[in-house]
Amino acid sequence: MSTAHDVTDATFADEVLNSQDTIMVDFWAEWCGPCRAVSPILDAIAAENVGKIKIVKLNVDDNPQTAMKYQITSIPAMYVFKGGEVVKKVIGAKPKPALESDLAEFLA
Amino acid sequence: MRQLIIIGSGPAGYTAAIYAARANLAPLLIASSVEAGGELMKTTEVENYPGFAEGIQGPELMLAMQAQAERFGTEIILDDVTGLELEGEVKRVTLGNGDVHEALTVIFATGSAYRKLGIEDETRLSGHGVSWCATCDGFFFRQKTIAVVGGGDSAMEEATFLTKFADKVYVIHRKDTLRASKTMQDRALSDPKIEFLWNKEVAHIYGDDLVTGIGVVDVTDASESTIELSGLFVAIGADPRTHLVHGQLDLTAEGTIAVDGRTSRTNIAGVFAAGDVIDPTYRQAVTAAASGTVAALDAEHYLAGLSKALVDSAVQQPVGASA
Repeated sequence: MSTAHDVTDATFADEVLNSQDTIMVDFWAEWCGPCRAVSPILDAIAAENVGKIKIVKLNVDDNPQTAMKYQITSIPAMYVFKGGEVVKKVIGAKPKPALESDLAEFLA
Repeated sequence: MRQLIIIGSGPAGYTAAIYAARANLAPLLIASSVEAGGELMKTTEVENYPGFAEGIQGPELMLAMQAQAERFGTEIILDDVTGLELEGEVKRVTLGNGDVHEALTVIFATGSAYRKLGIEDETRLSGHGVSWCATCDGFFFRQKTIAVVGGGDSAMEEATFLTKFADKVYVIHRKDTLRASKTMQDRALSDPKIEFLWNKEVAHIYGDDLVTGIGVVDVTDASESTIELSGLFVAIGADPRTHLVHGQLDLTAEGTIAVDGRTSRTNIAGVFAAGDVIDPTYRQAVTAAASGTVAALDAEHYLAGLSKALVDSAVQQPVGASA
């Protein structure tokens, strides 16, 4: 299973919005095949970029409030948060080089 | 060096792997990093694949095919092919992680990719109300009004599936007759939540952060109208994934890889193609599976005709094969 930490509706503000770090939230669900496919790729990116970006997961079935707040209509959705704001949105499962390219500004 | 590399992990790729593995060709199958399993991973009920009287879920069917291929010794890599050198005796396949694999034969079974409408804002709003996968994204449109564009079986299936979530589903088709099978047509036509808009094309998609509506044009009288909705599912067919072989393999007028008659042989010796990437007409899981068999048997026949020394240099013990 994924090495990424789970966040919830209850912990989102503390762990993501109020964090000093650059955090990518991976919105996913059990029934979402592409979510499962991209999960190990995100784990690898996180492992290779410790200190630059942190990756956490939010299950949209269990946490509808946060999913609705950010108007998630397609998953996997990977939103990058900095200082409480969404600074980048990546939608859909992509191969590792494509994701690294999308996240280049955070991985530099 | 190996005897055979299979590129693609849909029914064609896995069936080729099953036959090739059982013929002791020790195939390596490149399955894609995020799209392993092909198009059936994105569907729910598969009711027309023979052998399943009660139907089977798409992902379940693909996982079963994968397990069957692995049982007989297929090695599977979850990565993408980024380069191909197909000419000559030894074919070279380059992967996303930089590794290069060599083989005496290649079976190309990459299928086809969902076609886009090609209109402004379609890409911008992709994932924000525009989708190509009802089973993936239907969940997010509960009690909303949405539309499906298309007139084939996929469009009918998506529309019917989406009635589980949406309050209203428009089916927008640019003709006044459907391509879909009678069973699928009747199901959609008789569904009270589905309304058909005939002879219409989507010309605009509206919305800043999320889709709020679409503009449609009537193809008979050019009249325009706007429909308020939250989701647009595009189901207008698919384009064969041939970009990796442009300039190497001959293509047909429909853009599929050209094969010799009913064989899987391409214009390059030792290179075979199977599944939706060669079939612009039928494009069913079972026709793809059958064409995977053809490719495996063609590859086996080709290898049997090569010099013993050459094949011996490529023969490996199958990985994890059972008796």
